[in-house]
Amino acid sequence: MSEALEWLRTSPLALVALTLVGYRLGCEARDRTGGHALAQPVLVAIVFIGLVLWAADIDYAAYREGTEIVAFWLGPATVALAVPLHRQVRRLRGVLLPMLVAIPVGAAASIVTAYALVKALGGDEVLAVTMAPKAATTPVSIALSEVAGGIPSLTAVFAISIGVLGAVVGPAVLDLARVRDRRARGLALGATSHGIGTSRALAEDETEGAFSGLSMGLTALATSMLLPVLLLLLQ
Amino acid sequence: MWLLVCQVVGEVAVRLTDAPVPGPIVGMVLLFALLQWRDPDEGAGVLRASDAMLRHLQLFFVPAGVGIVTYLAVLRADALPIVGAMAVSWLAGLLVVGWLVTLMTRRT
Repeated sequence: MSEALEWLRTSPLALVALTLVGYRLGCEARDRTGGHALAQPVLVAIVFIGLVLWAADIDYAAYREGTEIVAFWLGPATVALAVPLHRQVRRLRGVLLPMLVAIPVGAAASIVTAYALVKALGGDEVLAVTMAPKAATTPVSIALSEVAGGIPSLTAVFAISIGVLGAVVGPAVLDLARVRDRRARGLALGATSHGIGTSRALAEDETEGAFSGLSMGLTALATSMLLPVLLLLLQ
Repeated sequence: MWLLVCQVVGEVAVRLTDAPVPGPIVGMVLLFALLQWRDPDEGAGVLRASDAMLRHLQLFFVPAGVGIVTYLAVLRADALPIVGAMAVSWLAGLLVVGWLVTLMTRRT
């Protein structure tokens, strides 16, 4: 009995199945609520799996190792973002210059406000540096955090949280701010909520998704180049 | 297959040049260039595979996202600077990009 339990708690098969069940629940929740903003599959899955891990006393490191096969597909899926962009290429004309101006400015705004606000609200230097690269897509923000002297795995948590935040309230905030152009909306979502924001943008509209994916790539690049310089100026 | 090949080439290019971008992003640019060049029809495998994967993009973030459970104590201890900075900074980035693009496209 205990042997079977032990197997369940560490087997990649069981952990991957748990992940798929959590994701499936999230999809069900989204469909049942008619696509309610809060019912993002990733959010539901994280809460569900987090509770199961806690209840079954499974170590996160063991879970992470067991589900490597799921995380692996993040890379190819990022490459796949070229497809919506390819289909939307004609709409690139006219936004090229605005995009090349807005994204570095947006990346700088994200970095500076993140760093300064952590400090202003009573956080320490390490926390501020950990927060600074959060707008870049998860793998980039992890690498940047490490180089800058932050806590990489905590940066990953911030990056994921901000992605979920963007997926949940991003479109509503853009409506309130009267940003209606699909291209501008996509660029804004991708610049602040990377892949998870992009998945919501794709669900809204293909143009929005394509520009969000593009923006995510450019923001990763801009953040990588601006972060060392801005941190030097801020510290 | 093309997805993986592009990612591999991207990863290698990043390692060779020590560029501060992740391999998959370089792979995305490569695939985009390939698609523009070859312009495959809609039934092509690479397009169908990509559409299928992008429908489930959120699934691939789940393992990393669950990592939040290991930081619950830190999050509770520093809740104000973390939540405040994250939300306000996110909003600032979103509005800067959204408004700048809108303003600049309207003028041209």
